[in-house]
Amino acid sequence: MGIRVENIQKRFGDFVALDEVTLDFPSGELVALLGPSGCGKTTLLRIIAGLERADAGSVVLDGEDASGAHVRERQVGFVFQHYALFKHMTVFDNVAFGLRMKPRGERRSKEEIRHRVHELLKLVQLDWLAERFPSQLSGGQRQRIALARALAVEPRVLLLDEPFGALDAKVRKELRRWLRRLHDELHITSIFVTHDQEEALEVADRVVLMDRGRVEQVGSPEEVYRTPRTPFVYSFLGSVNQFHGRVEASRLVVGDEAVPHDGEEFEHGAEVHAFARPHELDIVAASAAEGIPARVIRVLTFGISARVELEGLNGAAGQHFEAELPRERVEQLGLVAGQAVKVVPSRLKLFERQVTGATL
Amino acid sequence: MSDVLAAPGGVLYGTRFERNAATRESAWFKWVAITVALAFFALFLLLPLVTVFVEAFRKGIDTYLTALSEPEAWSAIRLTLLTAAIAVPANLIFGVAAAWCITKFEFPGKQLLITFIDLPFSVSPVIAGLIYVLLFGAQGWLGPWLAEHDIKIIFAVPGIVLATIFVTFPFIARELIPVMQAQGREEEEAAIVLGASGWQTFWHVTLPNIKWGLLYGVILCNARAMGEFGAVSVVSGHIRGQTNTMPLHVEILYNEYNFAAAFAVASLLALLALVTLAIKSWVERKAALRHIG
Repeated sequence: MGIRVENIQKRFGDFVALDEVTLDFPSGELVALLGPSGCGKTTLLRIIAGLERADAGSVVLDGEDASGAHVRERQVGFVFQHYALFKHMTVFDNVAFGLRMKPRGERRSKEEIRHRVHELLKLVQLDWLAERFPSQLSGGQRQRIALARALAVEPRVLLLDEPFGALDAKVRKELRRWLRRLHDELHITSIFVTHDQEEALEVADRVVLMDRGRVEQVGSPEEVYRTPRTPFVYSFLGSVNQFHGRVEASRLVVGDEAVPHDGEEFEHGAEVHAFARPHELDIVAASAAEGIPARVIRVLTFGISARVELEGLNGAAGQHFEAELPRERVEQLGLVAGQAVKVVPSRLKLFERQVTGATL
Repeated sequence: MSDVLAAPGGVLYGTRFERNAATRESAWFKWVAITVALAFFALFLLLPLVTVFVEAFRKGIDTYLTALSEPEAWSAIRLTLLTAAIAVPANLIFGVAAAWCITKFEFPGKQLLITFIDLPFSVSPVIAGLIYVLLFGAQGWLGPWLAEHDIKIIFAVPGIVLATIFVTFPFIARELIPVMQAQGREEEEAAIVLGASGWQTFWHVTLPNIKWGLLYGVILCNARAMGEFGAVSVVSGHIRGQTNTMPLHVEILYNEYNFAAAFAVASLLALLALVTLAIKSWVERKAALRHIG
């Protein structure tokens, strides 16, 4: 089932949680709502579910305006960050809850319910825990039970609010792979909220980036990562090195130094923010002709590539840089803490300075 | 869930604070503190309680039983139980409703409602009784109207029940509000999303979560309802065999120098209190076990 939200507006007192948000969630897709805390992503999810009411705008489910519909009538499945399992019920009773609450006419027989619950527990691979209580399960197990419970009522859409937020890193990684597989099996339209860019890029078909109640960019994980439309998107989707400078022909002037760039669309003299990812930053000797002066703070050489933390000097004084280089390169340069060097970005992404709303 | 949980592990004597030499207080301080606490407890709590029972049986078990089987004593016992049987369910419904709307909804006047719930705690019971006399008494605001329709509230059972409800008003709500606040709304939200109606959500999700807190509140409410003296005394009119509750009956007997009978009824009241306390500690233990899970 497709979902569309139109011009959603929501305020909490003076705080604008959602500002004219319009989005389309095509049928069968797994979409991530990604953004920092307070960007309005959870509020949007709750408005779609009907747990929160928008001040203005509409929620269209399957072509029908559902803005006024009660939560019960929307047929959504909702998975909460802290599971919200019924503590006094066994796993079986938790999953059976939705089926048992149906009006008498629609309710299935006891035997059918039992069958369905076990089917779902098998789907989430926890059939053997049916008689346990939520307090006896691990966080990852609880969240899978919560998912089985949400799926029990055959929802038209599945909404997940930071589903892995309360889990530790390892379980989180496992669970998100598992969620992806589950979605490929069920093809139910799903929206999940997260503040973890890696999670969003890895799991979702499409990513919606949000900041301060607005949608910044929508696209496939590749699209948003490769061609970020705003400084916010660029900086939110990974580590960044940021330079302030002025465009002068094909060069970017940062302080007293100039480095090459390929932002042709910028006029001569334009003030810009320039971004480079750590792997797009090379380090050269301080005596080199070109580059932005910096001092090495720390060299981390575990892993396949080496990471070098630097501190800007002169024009970039006080700024923090991070470069990712092949280990051989670091050895070749003989980098040690305190050493003065120059950094040269191999690729710079430029954004005009006045339009930026980036929080860095 | 207690059935699947083992009892809390082996009891450790002395807290961690106590077992650690670096944080332990000196022995004499410890023993002085314990002695003072125990002496105080014995003098002010245990001694009076023992006295009640000793005095009750001073003239032998026969006198004791005679005092309790008098029709007036019986009537007082019946009235006390009746009052509690009306006041407790009334406050049960009110308490759950108030706690529900205070913890689950935002509405104007919420703070005012919370303050008003505490009013019976802060007002002297005598004033509570007086309020009803001024309202429903012969010279009160509604007195003439009530007289016209031949309804008797003051110096009758309805007045006693009303005064008791007023005095025991906060117990259940006060007990439930923190419990429900800690619970949050997530489980209820989950239930509604799964298609449960409001009533189903309350019955299957909210109530099981608050049942121990609720039971605790009911017990406290019941204890106070049976023991209330001040407010009931003002509205009762002390009509023997009709509007005397157990506490009032005790006072009357005592004033008539009928000490044996007075203490006999008092001992029964004390016994009810002790039973209530026992149930209360049992509930607390159960609730604590559940909390561990």
